[in-house]
Order: sequence, then C-alpha cells, then structure tokens
Amino acid sequence: MNCITSSCIISQGTVLKDGHQLFEKKGIDASAFLLSVYQHFGLNYPKFYKMDNLSKLGWLASEILLKDTFEKENYQSEQVGLILANQNSSLDNDIKYFDTLKYIASPSLFVYTLPNIVMGEICIRNNFKGEHAFYIQDQFDPGFIETQVNYLLDNDILDACICGWVDILQEKYKAVLFLVEKQQGKDAVRFSAENMDEIFNKA
Amino acid sequence: MSGRDVFVVADNVFTPLGKTTAENFENLKQGISAVKEHSDRSISPQPFYAALFDKDEASLKDKPYTKFEALLIASIGDALRQANVEASDSKTVLIISSTKGNISLLETEKYNQELKERIALPASAKLVADHFGFVNPPIIVSNACVSGVMAIITGMRLLRTGQYENAVIAGAEVISEFILSGFQSFQALSPHMCKPFDKDRDGLNLGEGAGTIILSTNTKYSGNIRVLGGGISNDANHISGPSRTGEELSFAINQALKDAVLSANAIDFISAHGTATVYNDEMEANAVALSGLAAVPLNSLKANYGHTLGAAGLIESVISVRSLQENTILPTLGFEENGVTRPVNVVKSALNTKTRNFLKTASGFGGCNATVVFGK
Repeated sequence: MNCITSSCIISQGTVLKDGHQLFEKKGIDASAFLLSVYQHFGLNYPKFYKMDNLSKLGWLASEILLKDTFEKENYQSEQVGLILANQNSSLDNDIKYFDTLKYIASPSLFVYTLPNIVMGEICIRNNFKGEHAFYIQDQFDPGFIETQVNYLLDNDILDACICGWVDILQEKYKAVLFLVEKQQGKDAVRFSAENMDEIFNKA
Repeated sequence: MSGRDVFVVADNVFTPLGKTTAENFENLKQGISAVKEHSDRSISPQPFYAALFDKDEASLKDKPYTKFEALLIASIGDALRQANVEASDSKTVLIISSTKGNISLLETEKYNQELKERIALPASAKLVADHFGFVNPPIIVSNACVSGVMAIITGMRLLRTGQYENAVIAGAEVISEFILSGFQSFQALSPHMCKPFDKDRDGLNLGEGAGTIILSTNTKYSGNIRVLGGGISNDANHISGPSRTGEELSFAINQALKDAVLSANAIDFISAHGTATVYNDEMEANAVALSGLAAVPLNSLKANYGHTLGAAGLIESVISVRSLQENTILPTLGFEENGVTRPVNVVKSALNTKTRNFLKTASGFGGCNATVVFGK
C-alpha cells in the first residue's frame, strides 16, 4: 500500500508538518516570510538566496517535509522523484524578469521563468534523480496527482515520491507537499485523493 | 510495460515550414530551414536568427484567440479532421504542452488581475478545449524543454491504464521579446543558423510552432505505429546547465527501452534534442554512447525549426513517426564535422532504410531529461 508518510504546508504566514503548526509569522510580505522560515528552521544552504520565491517556497516545504522523516539511505537516487502542480506557473518571477527588460535582461532571473525549476532545486539538494513532472491546474486536483504517483510507485519506476502543490503569485502563496512511500511508517496515512484533499484544506 | 497497447491515430505539425505533417516532412527531406535573420526591433534591439511565422499569417489571427491559442487550434484541428476520434467523447482527454504559453501578453497588455488570469495556461487550455468541445478537463504539462515528450508519456500512461481511450496531445510555443531576451542574456543564441553536434556549433536558434499527436488504445488501429515506452530523469546537478556525464539522460533512455521491452539494438534511429549548444550536444552524445547507441543513426531538426521549446518534443516525435512510416531517416541540417568528444552517428543526408523503432530524447533547464520510444 502506498502511504503518505509526511506532509508539510506553508501557507500565508504558517508552517505545518503532519498537521502540527511549527511556525507562524503574520504581517510580513512573502519574501520576508520565506526568509524567516529559512532562519527559524536553522537551514544552511547558500543557494537559497539565489532562488526565486516559487523555488524558495517549494524548497523550504521539501526541507521541512523530509527532515527527521525521510530515510534517504534506504533509497537509490534514481528511485526518488517528484510530481508537482500549481496554478500560476512561474508568473511571480516572470513579472520580475520582465521588469528587468527595461534596463538589462537578467539571466539569473530568466532561469527561474519555468515552474519546474523548483523541482530541479529540490533534486540538486537531495540528489534525487528519478522521474519528475510539473503540471499546471486551475486548482489542486488530488485525483490526477494520485493517478500519476500510483502509476510510478506501482510500476516500480519510483520507490518514493514527493507530490503536491506549490503556488505563489505576489503575496498569495501555498505549498502542500506529501511524501509518499511504499512501506508504512508509524504515522502513515493511506495515499489517496481524499486524504490529500483533507490535508490540503487544513490550511 | 504493462497495460494496453497505444497506437498513433493522427498527427499534425504546424510550423513556418508547413501547415501539415506531410508538407513539413517534404521540406525537411529537401533540407529546407525556416531559420533566418530577423530585424524586428519590437522583440530584439539586435538582429537575430530564428524560425518565426510570417507576421501576416492569417490562421494565427483567429480572434478572440491569442497567437498561442490560434496555433494550438490550427494544429489540433488538422489532426482531429484526419482522425475518427470525437473530442466530445468522455473517453477522450486533451493534453497541452508549453513552456511559456501566453507570456507575450506581458509585452502588449496592461498588467492587472484580468491579464494575470489570461496569461495562466489553464485559461488557454480551457478556451482550446471549449473550441473543440472536449468534455474532460485538459491536462497541462509545463516542464521546460522536455514538456512535449513528457506530455506524450503522460498520455501513453493514461491510455495504458484504461483511464481514457483517446488522447489528443498538443504542444505550442510562440517566440516574443520575453523568451528571446532571456536566451540572449544567457548568450545561448547562435549568430547564424545553428549547427547541431558540429565542431563549430555555437548556440541555438529559437523557433515557433505546434505539433499534435492523437493516440488511442482502440484495437481498430492495431496496424498503426505504437508508443512503446517512456523514461524521465533529473540530473540533480545544475538548474541551467546539463549533466557533465550524461548518465542521467542515459538512465532515462534505458528506462524508456525497458518500458518498451526493447534492447538498444532494436533502435533504428534517434531523434535527438541536439540544440547545438556546446554543452547540450556534448552531454547528449555521452548519454547516447553510455546507452550503447553510439552507432545508431541520429538526427536533430533544430537547424530546420529552431528550438520550439515546449512544442519541440511533439513536433520532432511526429516528424519521426512519419520517418518510420516512410522508412526515411532525415538529415541533420547544419552538421558537417563531428564536434563531440564521444562521436555519435549524425545523419548528414536522408537515409532510405527499413526502420522499426526510434527513440526521441529531450533535455532542459531544471536538469530534466525525457525519452520516448515509438515503433511499428
């Protein structure tokens, strides 16, 4: 049975892991909040500062999702992958890149004008080399995610998969990530569209 | 692989080289390129080489649709006309692939809430789906330059498992100041027509276009070309540069072969990504060699079409399906002399030879690699 062995939500000033609130800071803008999450959790990864806000959001959620939960040594790098989706692609950063065209185009912003870069950042950090895909949806579609992830796990293309939603546009942001593994951990929840939907709607 | 066989029912390629697959294929056989020098100050202060539609192209001015949507509609429309597949059938799904969709609207329209919603890919997907009467919600893949190959793999699996019977998979890309300036800022563009795998290659050309492939598990198509398998991997190395070794693309190739239940020696040609950047072609050649495919005829169509980004995987797969049907492996325009460390068998002039299976590869920003295998 495929199970959700961990979940992490970062949304509008709040961080939750497995349903428990770990951090809250209201009244600051998205960029400042993402930095405060990085500092609060004592993360040390200089590449973080170069990322756009979509990558920061997804990367932070993946760090908190995996910390003290994911036993990386149990997996080969090709057997861990990602299936993510969002509504606004990379538009948050696209607008910032476009603004630089008035002066001089910024290659360091241009590279983040693709939604899948957040997965590249998570893969680089963790040396995950397995299958990954980024889909655009007008709202979170847990049924579709369930189908995709089950295909990968049930056909032994992956042994573990991070899936979910990472969306940001200016001051509106929400990341909900699920770690899905074949074996059941002590707090495991059955991997299903209903269970993802329930967790998604907690924030 | 597991599940049902997936057949190719119909297709279209809509590019500056032609409005149908047949028209495109004929021009490719003759070594014609759509890449030329443009001096259009509305998208670039300097002249540049790219494969763009004529500004007066009437079929792309189909109001109220944007150029991106009109391009998708033209391509999907032609493919559907050839196929006995109903868009409105509940067993049919639409899959759309693009990297930047309607992003050019940032350049011409005032930014506000309404524009934000108009730029979002789901808005385009819905308009296109409604145009043809698709009843299922469209699926949108946006995964850099592997989007097209990934869309085919997504469709193949949804059909294999029986979730749908037919998939209409279309990719399109429009080149505007946004995309062009970005590749210029990366100094990734060639100052002339690009030269895939050549010793003098010096960057890529961008291109506009669309491609559509209609797949079905209906056994009445069992004599048709089949999608046999796919594989996807990540380099986990760098967000804007490819793997140094090519091991990860090689892994995706091996996964696709395994999924197709084929060995390397069953592959008759490779439709490479071949962007003509120094690093891409080097990495790709390494990967091909690592998978034991160095001797297999290989081509890149980037000097014909430029890099059509999210459409490339579809356009190049459809053209290669036509190659299988006609037993003609197309030449690599722009290639003269090997310029990669581990040589691959780049096709210089059209080869007429019996073909059974081919492999299509793609790689892109974010370290992504994807491979799909088609066969008779």
